[in-house]
Order: sequence, then structure tokens, then C-alpha cells
Amino acid sequence: MALLSVEHVTRRFGGIVALDDVSVDAEPGEIVGLIGPNGAGKTTLFNVITRLYRPQSGELRFDGRSLLHTAPHRVVHRGIARTFQNVELFSTMTVGENVLVGTHSRNVMRGGYRRAHETLEYVGLAHLASSPARELPYGLQKRVELARALASRPQLLLLDEPAGGLSHEEVEELGGFIRKIRDDFELTVLVVEHHMNLVMGVSDRVFVLNFGQRIAAGTPADVQKDPAVIEAYLGGAE
Amino acid sequence: MTRRRAITLGAQAGAFLVAVALLTVLPHWLGDFRASQVAYVGIYFIAIMGLNILTGYTGQISLGHGAFMAIGGYTTAIMVGHHNVRDLWTIPLAGLVAGGAGLLFGVPALRLSGLYLALATFAIAVALPAVLKKFDHFTGGTQGIQLFGRPGFTGKGYENVHVLGQTLTFNNWLYYLTWTVAAVLFLIAWLVLGGRMGRTFRAIRDSEIAATSSGVNLPLYKTLAFGLSAFYAGVAGSLFALATTFVNPDTFPIILSLYLLIGAVISGLGSLWGIAAGALFIQYVPDLASKYVSKAPGAPSVAYAVILIIVVLLLPFGLTGLIRKSARPLTDRLFRGHNQ
Ligand SMILES: Nc1ncnc2c1ncn2[C@@H]1O[C@H](COP(=O)(O)OP(=O)(O)OP(=O)(O)O)[C@@H](O)[C@H]1O
Ligand SMILES: [Mg+2]
Repeated sequence: MALLSVEHVTRRFGGIVALDDVSVDAEPGEIVGLIGPNGAGKTTLFNVITRLYRPQSGELRFDGRSLLHTAPHRVVHRGIARTFQNVELFSTMTVGENVLVGTHSRNVMRGGYRRAHETLEYVGLAHLASSPARELPYGLQKRVELARALASRPQLLLLDEPAGGLSHEEVEELGGFIRKIRDDFELTVLVVEHHMNLVMGVSDRVFVLNFGQRIAAGTPADVQKDPAVIEAYLGGAE
Repeated sequence: MTRRRAITLGAQAGAFLVAVALLTVLPHWLGDFRASQVAYVGIYFIAIMGLNILTGYTGQISLGHGAFMAIGGYTTAIMVGHHNVRDLWTIPLAGLVAGGAGLLFGVPALRLSGLYLALATFAIAVALPAVLKKFDHFTGGTQGIQLFGRPGFTGKGYENVHVLGQTLTFNNWLYYLTWTVAAVLFLIAWLVLGGRMGRTFRAIRDSEIAATSSGVNLPLYKTLAFGLSAFYAGVAGSLFALATTFVNPDTFPIILSLYLLIGAVISGLGSLWGIAAGALFIQYVPDLASKYVSKAPGAPSVAYAVILIIVVLLLPFGLTGLIRKSARPLTDRLFRGHNQ
């Protein structure tokens, strides 16, 4: 059974239909890619899944139960953690404190420090624990966000453009790192990215959005051949 | 992380002990009148700590904290003045009553932020005197409530006060009372804000959506901050009533709320360590402005404004920011300075 299923979700903002009858699902342990041109509705879908936005219609299920009755701050308690497209760090805090807040949902009290430290070590930032988060370069800030999300020990990890701020080589390594995280933490990943090589290389399945509609879904190979996808991307490039 | 933390903690504990020692011996040099002034500094210190929890830590602006002080002050005044309750007992009660009012106000305040919240809190400060006059059965209306000489009041008639085997003048008694309460509340704030709760408050201030996504219940913590903050203001108000030995609607004027916010900004929002500066500013700068600049009508206010602008320009992050900056290793500043 799917760990996450988004069923026929519609979300409008005034006249804009940011999500139009969209269905997406993820099996346990899968890495699912979510692509589409700018404004396609990818981030909106993340915001709907994490309950920051309420959909006008449709259903969301996670681990067999509806998400629509889960308060936004309870989403992470149920096992869904995320990063943000435009880094949302706690900018006046240190790197270590940022990750500590990530353990908030786990009520671990004293154990929080150890977990935060372990997680920072895992992503290779332990040496920066006492640096102010806002002084880090953008790529490292994204990594702090990743550590903060992992510190909650989620079942489902939502990554919104994790390659932002990374160099060419770092982007190439990111795919392997996402897989390693999936294996080490035994989680499911939903990743939004514009770097096609990265998404196509790392994903088990890919969903494609365009103007709020799902225009294709399938294996990376199938999706890349799909005429509607080629049209959407070439149309956008004109 | 841990070593640096240990050093910081050690330095803070040391600073606290030095401050306590200084405050203990200070009255020997102060003289009676000055001691009463410094007692008021202690009262503002407590109120600013409270405001700082709300505005500094969670980023919710209050322009109405004078009203929570008034609620605390009137709680004490009614209990001591009308019911002869022993004054010391009313201090925590005043905090609880004001804290309860803060929790109640915190709920509708959840829907407001930034300037709207500032205006809503300002509205309480504006409305409160009228409410106090309206319910004159309890509050004594414009007449107010006299505490002086009441049976529950320590130090009736400015007699010397005997506590713990010591004989103190009334003003010295006030001094030690306010600063003891201030020290206790400071320790509580330090413990509470230095741990998980303070971190959660700051997370809310820095990014509400990231805090929510990390599992922080925003309504709960924001309301809690309001309640805690109002508790501090209520205790300060209670002490204020004891110090003035009398309350009426003018005891807690609207401008008091503004002074408190100014004091909190001067202290450096979001930290506990610069608060004494904000409290001293509230107590002394208005007087200094009229004493040394000019007594012409309006001149002290203008002087106050100019001093305020200069201080804020010089210390954009308050006194705490200055201390932090100069405490940073020089190398840090050389290499990171351009990022600031
Ligand atoms: N809070 C909001 N209010 C109004 N419109 C919104 C809001 N959030 C998103 N939108 C609109 O919804 C549409 C989809 O936006 P979304 O951010 O989901 O796109 P995206 O696929 O993440 O794009 P990008 O690749 O540029 O990040 C856009 O037209 C956007 O302007
Ligand atoms: Mg987006």
C-alpha cells in the first residue's frame, strides 16, 4: 500500500489553479521525483501535503490515514519532514540549535542534543554546530535544513530543490547522497528538482506537473519520452 | 559546541553572582532616596524581562504592557487596601492574575501580527484607565486606593522594617524586595529561555513556517509567551503599587507602555543580559533630560527623543549586541565582519 497518496487534489489561489485534480503517490522506500516548469505547482503540492495550504477538494492519505484532519504542526509528528525551496532557517540561531529544533516533535528532551549532533555529523556539518546559521553559504544552509528535517526521523522526506546553491560537482554527488539517506534512514523521498540529470538518475518514478495539472507519470525513461513532457519543456524554453 | 557552551555558561553564572554581590552592597553608598530610585529600576527590570519574552523571543510586539502592570498593581492594591491581605503574598497573586489576563488576550492576538498586534495591545493600554474608572466599586475610580498605613502593608508609616533580623529603612526595604524578586525572576527566565522553550520561542520569531513544520504548536507557544510575559509585568505592577503606596488610573499611564518597549529595545531584544540598561534608561533618562538640558516646556521631551535616536543608532542590537560583538574573538570579527 502506498505510504503517501495524494488523490485528486485541487488548490486555487483566486483565479489561478495551482493544483488541478492532481494525484501523486509514493510507495515505502521509493524515491519519487516531481518536476515541471516554473509555477507548475510543485511547491504548492508540498505545502498541501504539509498542511500549510488547505486544498479545496481532494484527499490526502499518509500511512493509511487521512492527513486532512492533521494540524500543520502535527504533520511532522506523523512522520513527514521537509526542506524549503527558499531556505527557511532560524537565522538568529546556530547551526546546532536549528537542528535541535528539528527534534522538537520527538520529545526527546536530553536525548535531543545527542540526536542533533549525530544528524549533523551524518550530513558532515558537525564542525559548524556553533556557527550562526545565516553566515553559511547557501548550499550549506540547504544542508542544515536537511539535517533539521532528518533530526525528526521522518518516514517521508520532502525535498524542495535540494540542489539550489550547489556547484556542478556537488549536484552530481547529491543523487548518491539522497539514495544513501533513503537507505540509512529507511525513508521515502519526494524530491522537486529542475536538474533533469539528477531527478532522472535518482528517482524510481517521476510525476510531471504543468500549469497545475499532472501531465505525465512513470519511470524516468517513460517520462522523458512522453510527448506532453517534451512539449511542456520545449514550450517553456521558446 | 559543548566547550564553548560551558565557557558561556560559566561567564554568565559569574556575571550573575557579581551582579548579585554588587546589588547587595549598593545601598550602603546610595542613601535612602537613591535606594528608592534604584528600587524602581528593579521594577522596570522585571517588566522589561517580561516584554522581552514576548517581543524579543517570540517576535510579538506589545505596546500595552503597562496595562498588564496595572492589572498586577490593582490586584495588589485591592487585596492589601480593601482586604488587608499581607502585601508580600499579593505579589505572586498579582503575577498570576496578570498572567491569566495575558493568556486570555493571547488567544485573539494569535490572529494578529506585526503592526496590527502593536495596535491591538496599544488599545488595551488606552482603554484600561477608562475601565478602571468605570468599575470604581473595586478600583476606587479616580480616587484610587491608598495602601499607606494599611494593616497588610509592610513598613507602615515609613517606620523601619524588620526582616530576617535586619532593620531597614522603608526605601532600603523596597530596594531589597524588588531586587530579590528581580533576581529570582531572572533566574527563572534564564532557565526557561535558555532551554527548549526559549529555543522554541526564537524559532517562532525566526520562521513561523519552519517552526510549524518542525512540530511547534504556534498557537500554544505564542499564547504561553503572552501569559508568561504578562506574569512578569503583573509582578512588576504589584511592586510598583507597593513602592508608590497608592494606585489610581494615572499610576500606570499610557506612556508607560511605550517606555517599556523603548527599554526592551535598548536592552537588545531577545537576550536577558542587557536588560539593566533598558531599566536604567526608563528610570533616569527622562529626568536627566529635564535636569541637564532645559526645563523649557517641551524641551525635555525633545532631548529625550534625541538621546533615544542616538542610542538606537549607536546600538542597533541594544547593549547585548554590543557586548556580544566585543566578546567575539578578534579573528572571528576580521573574517566574518563583512557578512554582518
Ligand atoms: N500563497 C499563494 N498565493 C497566491 N498564489 C500562489 C501562492 N502560492 C503559489 N501560488 C501560485 O501558484 C502557482 C504555483 O506555484 P508553485 O510555487 O507551486 O510553483 P512551483 O512549481 O514550485 O514553481 P518553481 O519551480 O518556480 O518553484 C504559481 O502561479 C504561484 O504564483
Ligand atoms: Mg517551487
